[in-house]
Amino acid sequence: MATTDEEVRELIKREYEHGFVTEIESDTFEPGLNEDVIRRLSDLKQEPEFMLEWRLKAYRRWLEMEEPEWAHVDYPQVKFDDISYYSAPKRPEDMPQSLDEVDPELLKTYEKLGIPLHERAKLAGVAVDAVFDSVSVATTFKEPLEKAGVIFCPISEALQKHPELVKKYLGSVVPVADNYYAALNSAVFSDGSFVYIPKGVRCPLELSTYFRINAANTGQFERTLIIADAGSYVSYLEGCTAPMRDENQLHAAVVELVLLDDAQIKYSTVQNWYPGDETGKGGIYNFVTKRAACIGKNSKVSWTQVETGSAITWKYPSCILRGDNSVGEFYSVALTHNYQQADTGTKMIHIGKNTSSTVISKGISAGRSSNAYRGLVKFNPGAEGARNFTQCDSLLIGDRCGAHTFPYIESKNKSAIVEHEATTSKVSDEQMFLCRQRGIEPEQAVSMIVNGFCKEVFKELPMEFAVEAGKLLEVSLEGSVG
Amino acid sequence: MLSIKNLHACVEDKQILNGLNLEIKAGEVHAIMGPNGSGKSTLSQVLAGNEAFDVTKGEVTFNGDNLLDLPTEERAREGLFLAFQYPVEIPGVSNLQFLRTSVNAMRKHHGIEDMNAAEFMKLAKAVSKQVDLDPAFLKRGVNEGFSGGEKKRNEVMQALLLQPKLAILDETDSGLDIDALKVVADGVNALRAPDRAILMITHYQRLLDHIVPDYVHVLSTGKIIKSGGPELALELEAKGYGWLGIEDQAAANHG
Repeated sequence: MATTDEEVRELIKREYEHGFVTEIESDTFEPGLNEDVIRRLSDLKQEPEFMLEWRLKAYRRWLEMEEPEWAHVDYPQVKFDDISYYSAPKRPEDMPQSLDEVDPELLKTYEKLGIPLHERAKLAGVAVDAVFDSVSVATTFKEPLEKAGVIFCPISEALQKHPELVKKYLGSVVPVADNYYAALNSAVFSDGSFVYIPKGVRCPLELSTYFRINAANTGQFERTLIIADAGSYVSYLEGCTAPMRDENQLHAAVVELVLLDDAQIKYSTVQNWYPGDETGKGGIYNFVTKRAACIGKNSKVSWTQVETGSAITWKYPSCILRGDNSVGEFYSVALTHNYQQADTGTKMIHIGKNTSSTVISKGISAGRSSNAYRGLVKFNPGAEGARNFTQCDSLLIGDRCGAHTFPYIESKNKSAIVEHEATTSKVSDEQMFLCRQRGIEPEQAVSMIVNGFCKEVFKELPMEFAVEAGKLLEVSLEGSVG
Repeated sequence: MLSIKNLHACVEDKQILNGLNLEIKAGEVHAIMGPNGSGKSTLSQVLAGNEAFDVTKGEVTFNGDNLLDLPTEERAREGLFLAFQYPVEIPGVSNLQFLRTSVNAMRKHHGIEDMNAAEFMKLAKAVSKQVDLDPAFLKRGVNEGFSGGEKKRNEVMQALLLQPKLAILDETDSGLDIDALKVVADGVNALRAPDRAILMITHYQRLLDHIVPDYVHVLSTGKIIKSGGPELALELEAKGYGWLGIEDQAAANHG
């Protein structure tokens, strides 16, 4: 439409609805990072000795590494010594044992976030592990899960109760020195979720984790480890929010998924970290390493992500398809607005025979944002009969944003088949005119068109998440009509 | 209902409408004919509020309101409907979702609460049958992969669904075979009502065999140069536009 820049700017009054700060007392480390900080952290969490060694090894490797600069994003250097590496809601006694013991202010926060923690959790049938700043606060629905033999708990608890499982798999998918932020995470991660699904078990509930950064000048470094034993199945949902703050906050998470023979994991993320204001001030730096290892044959992993938040997103959920006939899927919607920057995509590493992968990526750029898809599809010499299909679509709203595609394909096996499709389109004036001629409000029209564009990804999301994702897009697109 | 006085409009500095006058009353069916490039489609786009066109002079009132002051969506909610000549595709948005959003936007404007999904489904199925469209097609993306004929029937179906006060049909007959033309014409005839006006824009007389208008106007270089009853269309058919001393302006102009 022939709307002027000025009108667009006037329209941009995007509200971040999770931008509140919770007034609770917290124990927070002094900013700065050194070996003593790591020792204190490990000690505070009463970790087994091997864990401290592991962290220190990661820290020492990290010191030798350089911050990566290859991503299509631009930001001032992160000052790692200004960050506090641990913050926990203050409690008089030990960790809360039930929700009744949780600070009511905290519960109010979750209520504001719409997290189904209390009765709502039961109604929704969702087991929730909520990580607030650095500590896992409550895990609901332990009993039915225990009956099924499923372990779903904070990783700090798993380190104490199931150290052998953690020791065996932690770092097996993302090695400590995999990359700069993974090394940092390995050194300082404070909590996260741990899931173990035993052989042949179909997890009776959808598991869910909500992450929230609350304290100022705090980094959040959570670590998630999910192990799906032979023939098991689990669907895992992850959501994130943060308050509005003028300074940037760092989020550097690591997620590792391990799949044995015939196992299946469906991992869904709705990422809504604070994106910064309309001038690009504040917001979360979201530098995340997510990777799944299909070590068993016939295993299948699906990553589905809806990324609307964060000032900068740097994230490539990947699949290592080692087991023969294993399947990797990546469905992504990444929306950027105002001054947000996203460089996201996936890596599909085909090692086993007849492995197959599907990549569907939908990038939406509005305002002055920049949105890049970066994907690697690799076939090792042994990946006989492997195949990949990649579809990469970009949608532009307005004329001041950018969309970029960086596909990398490496094939060392002649029998491998790879297909790549890419499109770039705009929300056209004709589409807007048609909608408006039918009485539809311009913003609603944009949201409807964008939702249509994302349909192939949304249908991969669990029902209630799909509804949330649709609404989130609508909110995120407010003021984007231009 | 609609009163157009001395309307001038241009697109990208090219003058297309040059002082057009037209009065349409409730219950009437008007047909505007004219060669390619005479400004027929521009008239429909300007009335509907396409911002690609600039109105440089003249006024248009619609039920007493200054139409040109209203944004596109407000005009629509006040009951002005345009059946597009080339309906655009909206991939991934189902026809059903699109239409329900539209119906509810109109209802909201008139202070009526949203129609629920079940009620809407029933209504949508009924009107789609009226234009001989399989209800299964409601689940397809808006105009996505529709044939030319399906797109036109879809437009008429939307008019039936929205029950506008003024329906403007922009070359709804073009590209239709004779059976489809009959279906579309039946749909349009079903729209005829004492409180509703219809403005048909067409290049050919054949549509007017099926939908007999009350008035026929001939447009040339952005002005109405002759008006009459249905017999004018027949005369044009027999004698050609050359009879009125006008040529096909497609080469010089389009729209």
